[in-house]
Amino acid sequence: MDLSAINPVLLIASLMVAATPIMLAAIGELVAEKAGVLNLGVEGMMIIGAIAGFATAVETGSPVFGFVIAAVAGAALSFLFVILTQYALANQVASGLALTLFGLGLSALMGQSYVGIKPPSTPHVNLGFISELPVVGPILFSHDFMVYVGILLIAATWATLKYTRVGLILRAVGENHDAAHALGYKVIRVRIIAIMFGGACSGLGGAYISLIRVPQWTEGMTAGAGWIALALVVFASWKPWRLLIGAYIFGGITVLQLNAQAAGARIPVEYLSMSPYLITILVLVFMSADRSRAPASLGRIFHASN
Amino acid sequence: MKFTKLLTSAAVALGLAAPVMAADTKVGFVYVGPVGDGGWTYEHDQGRKAVVEAFGDKVETVYVENVPEGPDAERVMTQMALQGADLIFTTSFGYMDPTLNVAAKFPNVKFEHATGYKRSDNVSTYSARFYEGRAVQGTIAGHMTKSNIVGYIGSYPIPEVVRGINSAFIHAKKVNPDVEFKIIWAFTWFDPAKEADAAKTLIDQGADVILQHTDSTAPQAVAAEAGNVVTFGQASDMSEYAPFPRVSSIIDDWAPYYVARTQAVMDGTWTSMDTWDGIGPGMVGIGEISDAVPADVKAEAMALKDALADGSYHAFTGPVNKQDGSAWLAEGETADDGTLAGMSFYVEGIDGSIPQ
Repeated sequence: MDLSAINPVLLIASLMVAATPIMLAAIGELVAEKAGVLNLGVEGMMIIGAIAGFATAVETGSPVFGFVIAAVAGAALSFLFVILTQYALANQVASGLALTLFGLGLSALMGQSYVGIKPPSTPHVNLGFISELPVVGPILFSHDFMVYVGILLIAATWATLKYTRVGLILRAVGENHDAAHALGYKVIRVRIIAIMFGGACSGLGGAYISLIRVPQWTEGMTAGAGWIALALVVFASWKPWRLLIGAYIFGGITVLQLNAQAAGARIPVEYLSMSPYLITILVLVFMSADRSRAPASLGRIFHASN
Repeated sequence: MKFTKLLTSAAVALGLAAPVMAADTKVGFVYVGPVGDGGWTYEHDQGRKAVVEAFGDKVETVYVENVPEGPDAERVMTQMALQGADLIFTTSFGYMDPTLNVAAKFPNVKFEHATGYKRSDNVSTYSARFYEGRAVQGTIAGHMTKSNIVGYIGSYPIPEVVRGINSAFIHAKKVNPDVEFKIIWAFTWFDPAKEADAAKTLIDQGADVILQHTDSTAPQAVAAEAGNVVTFGQASDMSEYAPFPRVSSIIDDWAPYYVARTQAVMDGTWTSMDTWDGIGPGMVGIGEISDAVPADVKAEAMALKDALADGSYHAFTGPVNKQDGSAWLAEGETADDGTLAGMSFYVEGIDGSIPQ
């Protein structure tokens, strides 16, 4: 085994890229779940974001505008979930699954004429000499802007949930919607906003795959990333910073195991392949040994008459 | 309750109506990826379209995409058989046992399993000698690499993939004795993000030629982004990435086979058989070698292709040793199909081990 073939700096830089799509999708889902809504449609919203962002970037030549439209498209699809679960009071699990299937089908239709096209490349942040610094330059200061947007979103979500009135209301709605309603908070309205925020984040995550990580459009290209994001929220016990750590561990071990394989590591490939899932779960379960638990109203339907 | 009743009666009505409306022959296809993958499944669907074109109204085709290899595949096949399919093509290696299980339950339905090796009275197998195409790729790869590191993205460690790696390596080594293969097993047929990560990793570790045995065009996109990395189209031409990074390709052409087998079912002449065709009969095509490849290399590759096509050269011709150094093929000896079909060892010179 020739471990010297693995460049740790490139490794860390690429793990941040590998982690960003699931991190973006997961932080959106975290907010929705904190408001008491279980939306299993993450995969569908991601893939719609992937094609919407891709198509927009190709047509306008602007990746930034592509990401904006991806967020809008993800939020628009999540509005379907809003109608089903918040107005029609449909079952959230079934509606979420339907959303995923619908998103996969619709994206395949939308993407018919975009197969094999190269998107405009997303510029990397260039901070002059800081980006040139050895080690820290490539790791911290020379990514595409979405890597930083992802980290900022985590920080902003954490601060909002912990320190602001808005965050308090959101958590109240998620913990006990009847009490929140009795206090005069608009439960449905809060949830709609949380769901659409989740949709927008998922859309961004999907567009990150189609515009930066791969970069191209292929049918079904999210290939289960949405489900990993959903699992990550649970294993991070609904805490934003743990989500960041979980996403980086997952992305990191995914990239590390590929590197180890290419370097000819004498570890059976089966173990390497399962390691990202296994280690992420183990670490996060270990970290959630405190009394953190799911929002009490998660997945329950609210109607003001109750 | 009323609504359920309505649905039930509607379903019954449809079920009764279906045989009246149905075409003479119904052909089902089970796909492992989406038809828009630009590779493996795309080519199988081109084959399906050829069947539709050849027989028009006399045939009805149905397909299901993204069917996972495993118990779910069995459900999909059963569903197809129950819906009256006369012939079902199952187009991935991992459908082997599910195909046999379902075939045992429906003795009147004909099954065709791609790339497998288990047959029964109503299950045929068919595959293409992709390794012949790999020999051509390996020759070009050996000439084109400057770092002498060729990256290879494997899907699952099955004989078909191992054969491809061996064939590519033998021929790369022949033209470039210093060449080294770095192999990553993706454990998926189709996951663009993972395939892209694998390609990036190989490039990070010095590979300047990437061969892939996964179905999407993601590695091509990564190579295009990297700028100086050569790739080859897999299963389909992937000409969107020509002339560079994609310098050539292996194209699977299933259409003639699918048309012939459908015809056989219509005529009642279908029998269980094993088909394994290569460049000669046209089941494996070599996509145009682009101008990014020097003329002499291109000529050499084309000569090899012709020799493989007319049978004057076999891609596995001795002397070839196994990875552990033991003799496999003596000077001038060629590999027999039985060994090739079950190939589970690397040839001498390849590092690493095959996952078991």
